[in-house]
Amino acid sequence: MSHKVIVPIGPYHPLQEEPEFFRLYVEGEKVVDIDIIIGYNHRGIEKLSESKHFDQVPYLVERICGICSSSHPYAYCLAVEDILGGEQHLVPERALYIRTIIDELQRIHSHLLWLGLAGHFIGYNTIWMWAWRYREPVLDCFEMITGNRNNYAMFKIGGVRRDIVETDIPSLKKALDELAPVLEMFRKAIVDDPVITARLKDAGTLTRQQAIDWCVIGPTARASGVNIDIRRDEPYGVLDRVDWNVIVEKEGDVYAKTIVRIFEMQESIRIIRQCLEKMPEGPIDAGVKDIPAGEGIGRVEAPRGECFHYIVSDGTNRPVRHKIRSPSFMNVASDKVAAVGGTISDATITLAAVDPCYCCTERVAVLRKADSAKILDGWDLVKMSQEKTRILQERLKNAGNGERKD
Amino acid sequence: MEMREMIRSGLGSMITDWKEHSPRRVYIGIGKKDIVDAVRVMFKDLGCRFSTISAVETRDGFELLYHFSYDKAGEFYSLRVALVGKESPRVDSITPLFAGAEWIERETWELFGIDFTGHPNLTHLLLMDEWPEGKYPLRKKE
Repeated sequence: MSHKVIVPIGPYHPLQEEPEFFRLYVEGEKVVDIDIIIGYNHRGIEKLSESKHFDQVPYLVERICGICSSSHPYAYCLAVEDILGGEQHLVPERALYIRTIIDELQRIHSHLLWLGLAGHFIGYNTIWMWAWRYREPVLDCFEMITGNRNNYAMFKIGGVRRDIVETDIPSLKKALDELAPVLEMFRKAIVDDPVITARLKDAGTLTRQQAIDWCVIGPTARASGVNIDIRRDEPYGVLDRVDWNVIVEKEGDVYAKTIVRIFEMQESIRIIRQCLEKMPEGPIDAGVKDIPAGEGIGRVEAPRGECFHYIVSDGTNRPVRHKIRSPSFMNVASDKVAAVGGTISDATITLAAVDPCYCCTERVAVLRKADSAKILDGWDLVKMSQEKTRILQERLKNAGNGERKD
Repeated sequence: MEMREMIRSGLGSMITDWKEHSPRRVYIGIGKKDIVDAVRVMFKDLGCRFSTISAVETRDGFELLYHFSYDKAGEFYSLRVALVGKESPRVDSITPLFAGAEWIERETWELFGIDFTGHPNLTHLLLMDEWPEGKYPLRKKE
């Protein structure tokens, strides 16, 4: 390939999970091609899992990701329970409710984390600070009911490990009551702001056909008009017994992805509230002893999309094969089409819009010619993105109106 | 018509085995030579979403499961292909059909050593480029 300028983003920052390395080929400020290189943090979880017994594996898979740390153990438990005859037949009613509450709380904190990062990348540091500030009470809820802010250790085959005690429920409800108006504030802040709208509309668009061809999932797919959600399509927990909506947008740009996530948080609050109302008394564990030979598949709608686990058991106490496919594996690949054709100042927000466990903008070099290399770091790239927002703000101000153009 | 019927008629004589695990889980045996055609029927004609490939090492070779999700009904169909022999397992690539399979086949190749004939870019994805040839970490003897 004979492109003159290459912008490498990444690859490695040891504080983040899933380091990725993006090599952007640019002409002027337009991105014309992109290489995505992953695997810097491949830890061989699938191989490790074959050396653990069935009860140990949830602790292992919980540590795949610190943000969706209930999706992986949940999907694993569903896979094993698929061998045993299915979650709904096996797991006690109260445990199903607790599982759903944990999973939806996780979605809220994950989406708030993303919203904060997205705000930072486009130069809205207020959104960043506020989103992360309001994420704290959600983590406090986790600490209250599970004992941990992350890696909750709640899931086990056939049930959950801890009960939600009655005395915690009022505090949980109070936290939700305080969070609901905050989410509404975020929604208004984004929908009503002409600069954010101008900045995010038509950035990093993934068309519906591209979304299907690249097999993307989760909010990335739903923002492109692909109406899929494992929670509705193959309900687990009590998701078929509560009232909630799947959020779908058509445009496929970063704006649509933002809107999908904000509305999804509001739906999650609805789900948790109903769960807290309806949750019955009773046992929380089915007391599973042996796992028979067989194969099972478990699927959970993680905050980023379908989280897939496949288990083969030969009747011993260890899985013979444990296949894991996390949602980012499918979504990140689609950056190949979403980022190409956009500008380099849109690259950070576009690459972040699929909500990969994103990182990597730590070390960036722009090579103009072989003999004169200019070194940029991740902050320079963020500044480039924020600068574009500032210019838009100026332009709108000069146009004499700050009103939203519908 | 129900998806099960459409798959039965769409795949026709390619089906070598049909196992109903549960109302939402069906495992379908497919001959190795037919896999690209079978995937084309599932993905292009019937509009199922491709989820991933699971490779499993068996006593006399490997098994590949091509997982398809029919999201409208929440059903999950897995096409099972048996590859006999551990020396040089090989199967035709489905990446030319749609882009979403590229990374999945690369991952399966480097971790299990299964060669996907016709793959446009069968290079290391998760392992480093200097990874020794012939070492496949998810095989049982490694």
